Amino acid sequence: MDQKRSTLNLFDNIDLATELRLGLPGTDDQPEIKISISGNKRSSSEIGSSTCKDEEESSFSPPAKEQVVGWPPVRSYRKNILQVKKTELETGSGMYVKVSMDGAPYLRKLDLKMYKSYEELMKGLQEMFKCIIGLYSEREGYNGSQHALTYEDKDGDWMLVGDVPWEMFISSCKRLRIMKSCEARGLGDFL
Amino acid sequence: MACSFPEEVLEHVFSFLTSQKDRNAVSVVCKSWYEMERWCRKRIFVGNCYSVNPRIMIRRFPEVKSVELKGKPHFADFNLVPEGWGGFVYPWIVEIARGYPWLEEIRLKRMVVTDECLEMISKSFKNFKVLVLSSCEGFSTDGLAAIVANCRNLRVLDLRECEVEELSGHWLSHFPDSFTSLESLNMACLLSEVSFSALERLVARSPNLKTLRLNRTVPLEKLSTLLQRAPQLVDFGTGAYSAEIRPDVYSSLADAFSGCKNLKSLSGFWDVTPAYLPAICSVCSLLTSLNLSYATTQSPDLTKIVGQCYNLQRLVVLDYIEDTGLNTISISCKDLRELVVFPSDPFVADADVLLTEQGLVSVSQGCPKLQSVLYFCRQMSNSALISISKNRPNLTCFRLCIIEPRAPDYVTLEPLDVGFGSVVENCKQLTRLSMSGLLTDRVFEYIGTHAKNLDMLSIAFAGDSDLGLHHVLSGCDSLRKLEIRDCPFGDKALLANASKLERMRSLWMSSCFVSFGACKLLGQKMPGLNVEVIDERENISSIPECTPVEKVYIYRTVSGQRFDIPDYVRIMGKDKDGVYDLS
Repeated sequence: MDQKRSTLNLFDNIDLATELRLGLPGTDDQPEIKISISGNKRSSSEIGSSTCKDEEESSFSPPAKEQVVGWPPVRSYRKNILQVKKTELETGSGMYVKVSMDGAPYLRKLDLKMYKSYEELMKGLQEMFKCIIGLYSEREGYNGSQHALTYEDKDGDWMLVGDVPWEMFISSCKRLRIMKSCEARGLGDFL
Repeated sequence: MACSFPEEVLEHVFSFLTSQKDRNAVSVVCKSWYEMERWCRKRIFVGNCYSVNPRIMIRRFPEVKSVELKGKPHFADFNLVPEGWGGFVYPWIVEIARGYPWLEEIRLKRMVVTDECLEMISKSFKNFKVLVLSSCEGFSTDGLAAIVANCRNLRVLDLRECEVEELSGHWLSHFPDSFTSLESLNMACLLSEVSFSALERLVARSPNLKTLRLNRTVPLEKLSTLLQRAPQLVDFGTGAYSAEIRPDVYSSLADAFSGCKNLKSLSGFWDVTPAYLPAICSVCSLLTSLNLSYATTQSPDLTKIVGQCYNLQRLVVLDYIEDTGLNTISISCKDLRELVVFPSDPFVADADVLLTEQGLVSVSQGCPKLQSVLYFCRQMSNSALISISKNRPNLTCFRLCIIEPRAPDYVTLEPLDVGFGSVVENCKQLTRLSMSGLLTDRVFEYIGTHAKNLDMLSIAFAGDSDLGLHHVLSGCDSLRKLEIRDCPFGDKALLANASKLERMRSLWMSSCFVSFGACKLLGQKMPGLNVEVIDERENISSIPECTPVEKVYIYRTVSGQRFDIPDYVRIMGKDKDGVYDLS
């Protein structure tokens, strides 16, 4: 069997009995849809840049160390059961959580007990990752920085760091993620 | 052809037909059989609540006693369907309450059920017996209280993996003292504590109780009390299975288990204290089903127990079982039909557990009756898949999840096309397949060529082009449910196979390359389909037609438009409300 049939050849042989084709009447060509996708969520700024005549190779770069929604396909109640177990093992000897940064190939681990406040945590993270993270405020947004800090709580939800008192935060924080602030939710109007 | 049998004879013959498929076939033989059949159909199954409206159902089948409905698409289980999408059962309950006052059974899966619905159910059906809610949400413990208080003839209350708003544990105390007909109670998914004395009294006055699945809050020390009250149990789910190690507690628990001579199924086992596991040993040889998927304990503890279950048919376990445990199972559990292995830590790249493809290969070698597999692991090879398929050509359901998307054969670094190809070629009765790992269009060619009995296919992060989707849609004759995420499939294959979609229940595609324009065209040309574009971006109306949609859900329907869609859902190409105007 010839494995090298091109896409175009096979579709020539199909009986388009339903006569469903895209494109203006009178044209035979179907416009190639080539969109460059990065990650799972597309921000509205990317929509405008993709056109029907785009010649760019469509590339599907797997998100580097990002959590992909719904993958692996494990129900959320199952995720929570095991989180509880791990916390029980971890308490007592420091409160290490994993920290990921979008674009960085490796994760780091950080002991939350080493810090007494959000400011100290930010300083520590900025030193570790050599970046500037802004703490989000309603008034100033992300303080003009490129990065925002989010965390995963006990229920498996991703939350913006800074809303709750420090003590409450460290008792419910399971891991940290430094995102590009343009991708962080709730930002829209503030950029 | 005049009907030469008297009606009573035909009706009697039809009463032996239980499968909906058979009844549907019978009903199209001739007009009189259609009439005969519709009057005596007792059970209805609707696989997609939006495919038909309840009035049509009630008009055609006036004597129904049992209704089963499914709502949201399967990928809702993994948070791919946004909040508020649909699956509201309320309109169905309203119609059914009017049309089937003698209804006895309701089974719902992935639907939104409110307290109001539950109250309506509890008051509308005098002979209501069975309520099964799987993966449902939208109700609270108040709704449960209504069911429990008002349904005098209730036999089954089965809550499977539901999300319930827990206002209190008082609902259980609403079972009247005169109520003795309970046969099955599954409250495992509830988080709040119920009154233990109310529970004990309920169990004590329910001689027909066969299934009892407790929730996590019932402590281990209290289990023996319940088991002593219900030694006739067939299916038992413990609560949190942990306590301080005390010989008196252990021995009364072990004694209580040994009194249960009919026990076939065990589950629960949250927060397991390993020392208490052997308390179930006396019933191990009776068990046909064992669910240890909440037992976060190491392989030797698990293996010691499972290795004694030599009549086991169904095992659900965490990857803590490891390859060594699975090897023991392949030797000891010769009757195994179904194996499910969940990941203990799904979000880390490297496993702390020694579970590889080898475990699955061993089980496929040693367990001749193995038919159904759901297996999460971190590495796979084509040669392992080939072995599995050659060992077990009788597989009917094969779901493999390799944790890292697009992971290749870890030995050769090639795609896993040949391995999965071997599965569909050798396992000719395969009806369900979920794939993962690095896969090219080639695997879809194999699937289209060989998987002629495939009913449901799940694909993620796979394929190279529309050719892949085309192979599946044009080749899989029995395909009814197809769900796809993050694959480079676009408009061509979809449009070229549009008529196939009317012979399927549904197609889900998210994070693919299907454009708005194609969805609109499909919706316009195919009146028998609802083409739902599910897209949460703002300014949707101003983006070009060639832009890919976030998600599209296509299903056949005779009920026409939905009238309960949220703002981020558009039913494409239809003339009424919900049309997507690109002008």
